[in-house]
Amino acid sequence: MADGDDLPRMDFPLDIPCLKAGAMEGLHPFLAAPEHQAKLGFPGELLPDWKERALEKMAELAERNRAFQVYLDACVKCGACTDKCHYFLGTGDPKNMPVARQDLLRSVYRRYFTFAGKYFPKLVGARDLTEDVLHEWYSYYHQCSECRRCSVFCPYGIDTAEITMAAREIMDSVGMGQKYSNEIIGKVKDIGNNLGLNPKALRATLEDLEEDLEDETGISVRLPLDEKGADIMLITPSADFFAEPHIDGLLGYAKVFHEAGVSWTLSSYASEAANFGLFIGSYENMREIALRIRKAAQDLGVKRIVFGECGHAWRVAYSFLNTLAGPFDFLDQKYPIPQHILEFTWGEIQKGTLRFDKSKNDHIRLTFHDSCNVARASRMGDEPGGQFEIPRNVIRAVCNNYFDMDRDTTHESTLCCGGGGGLLTDDLMELRKKGASPRMAALQQVSEDHGVTHMAAICAICKTQFSKVMPAFGYEMDSVLSVHQLVSSAIVLTGQETGDDEEGADPRGETA
Amino acid sequence: MLSASFAILFYAATAILVVGVAMKVVRYARVPAPLKIPTTPAPVTRAGVILRMFREVVFFESLYRSNKWIWLFGWTFHMGLWLVLIRHIRYFTYDVWWWVALAQPWGTYAGFAMLAGLLGLWARRFLVERIRYISNPSDHLMLALLVAIAGSGLMMRFVARPDIMSVKAFMLGLLRFRIEDLPAQPILLVHLGLVAVLMIVFPISKLLHAPGVFFSPSRNQIDNPRERRHLAPWAARLEG
Ligand code: SF4
Ligand code: SF4
Repeated sequence: MADGDDLPRMDFPLDIPCLKAGAMEGLHPFLAAPEHQAKLGFPGELLPDWKERALEKMAELAERNRAFQVYLDACVKCGACTDKCHYFLGTGDPKNMPVARQDLLRSVYRRYFTFAGKYFPKLVGARDLTEDVLHEWYSYYHQCSECRRCSVFCPYGIDTAEITMAAREIMDSVGMGQKYSNEIIGKVKDIGNNLGLNPKALRATLEDLEEDLEDETGISVRLPLDEKGADIMLITPSADFFAEPHIDGLLGYAKVFHEAGVSWTLSSYASEAANFGLFIGSYENMREIALRIRKAAQDLGVKRIVFGECGHAWRVAYSFLNTLAGPFDFLDQKYPIPQHILEFTWGEIQKGTLRFDKSKNDHIRLTFHDSCNVARASRMGDEPGGQFEIPRNVIRAVCNNYFDMDRDTTHESTLCCGGGGGLLTDDLMELRKKGASPRMAALQQVSEDHGVTHMAAICAICKTQFSKVMPAFGYEMDSVLSVHQLVSSAIVLTGQETGDDEEGADPRGETA
Repeated sequence: MLSASFAILFYAATAILVVGVAMKVVRYARVPAPLKIPTTPAPVTRAGVILRMFREVVFFESLYRSNKWIWLFGWTFHMGLWLVLIRHIRYFTYDVWWWVALAQPWGTYAGFAMLAGLLGLWARRFLVERIRYISNPSDHLMLALLVAIAGSGLMMRFVARPDIMSVKAFMLGLLRFRIEDLPAQPILLVHLGLVAVLMIVFPISKLLHAPGVFFSPSRNQIDNPRERRHLAPWAARLEG
């Protein structure tokens, strides 16, 4: 089913493509319908006076957000970022170079808001805001996954993701929203999660999963929903309730909680960790979604909040939740607020509460994909860089064959999966495949060097994206795994028959 | 007449530079960063952030990781520029400070380093397709301006030395609001004129990267959002 005829088979180390001007021109994801727009407080369709409104919005952003102005002013066009974007590497379209992407908006900002652009537009590359420009924005600001890789390498830390978010916010404010993100945000507001899974359906799903778990382990492991007075509320991406391999990760969390002996619950009101408000750069929408989590925590009377595996969700949780929905003075201050499931699991492993049979993962030769938002926009644990160490520590505790990909493509230099930032939609499939090709090249290299067969991830979007695009690169769909899926396979529950006939084999494995 | 025009030019250029940059800096400082967006891994303490910023502005750490050629040319140019600037302090003080004297022998080499760095950067604007694509006329003009300043400076050092003592007297006079005679030597006038132009365009050009880098939220924020609540004033009003 390799339908990626023009997919660049990239070699490793990554080649920098020659410029192919216009290669991705005109790519236009579906527009949000008026009813989707309305739910988010945006005009339904392009306003007649869109130009004035867009400029007003730009002026407002310059007043509201320091990054917007500093980043637009400070770029020296040094070119250091030009080869850092996976969409540029995968498409060769020069407008996918981070600085060129910023320039699409910077040129307009200069024209209307700076002395040089007002009086010498040609000289500084300033241009009028026209309908063509607006459509160009719509196209190329939906070819950025807001992954921040460019920001790592820019001498001033200029983060194209911030510019993309600003551009999307401007477009939303004049009635030109993207269907995928905006429709989903609407669903969260109505029902509580991206999927539109109502509480009844959610309960039924969880009950089925509990049965499966009991069949598999012989132990009753619970997946509680809306249980008042539980200690921990788990907020996880709704993909964990139905998609593969996400769901196996959810089972992993449940087993860890079970073994740790803590009381926990999911919430049907806040049944979503994802917060697409981030993708469209809307503080107000992001805040509204985040406040659902606060309300759920208060209603359920929990003491702690733990987040499941999701990249941008963890960014919003770790970096923004306190800002958007804090202060969380009603929670137990002894624990991080919020805490990542991997912080929790690693803590239990260190305490020695979990027992593993690592050989259960011996059929796998594994590598790990650092998700952009976890890597470059958040942290785990107390030390900077804990977001790299803790997942790897947990993996090493449950899996014998682990190999890192090339260091230029991991940790803070990680390459995006190609589907983040609101681009995980079928109408952008071509872009998603091309954007994934640099990551796939690095994966192919460890496959060749170390026989790696599988790649673990801690992000719902990465998991969905990879299971969709990996077949085009010669991997099975199920080559992408949840980290807690590995935990789930290896964990030995108290009282569980190990299933192996060799009695007496120490099921403890080496717990790191 | 000549001396008077140059005096006025310099007063005007200084005023534009100082007021223009101050206005920008005040603006950068006043506009809040609504969210915590340091590029992680980021320091978890204020001291750590100061160290990160120090490594960025002194060693160009991120640029080094990013592209060795741009780093080499850019860093050489900037460090050369600092030494040259320090060397120029002697024209503005009666007694030459000891640390300025110390920089004296390096100053001239630094001039060449500066020029070499600039030419390297400029060559890349022509030779590297990606950088050619993102370059505007103003990017070339800025390099031309800096090359001309460095070139005319070096010419005065090695080819046509002006009467340095009168230049110094003119500068010292400016500081005391007295107009002394400026030697009417063409290269000197070109050099001084271009420096004034540089000062004037500073606040309206990409030279704002110099103050801007200190205000970049992805570099200057502390990674402590779980420990401390960060709230912009306009966002606090939403909580009503
Ligand atoms: S690395 Fe930064 S300063 Fe250099 S061109 Fe890119 S955005 Fe501009
Ligand atoms: S944020 Fe990521 S996707 Fe967007 S321009 Fe930068 S590197 Fe490319």
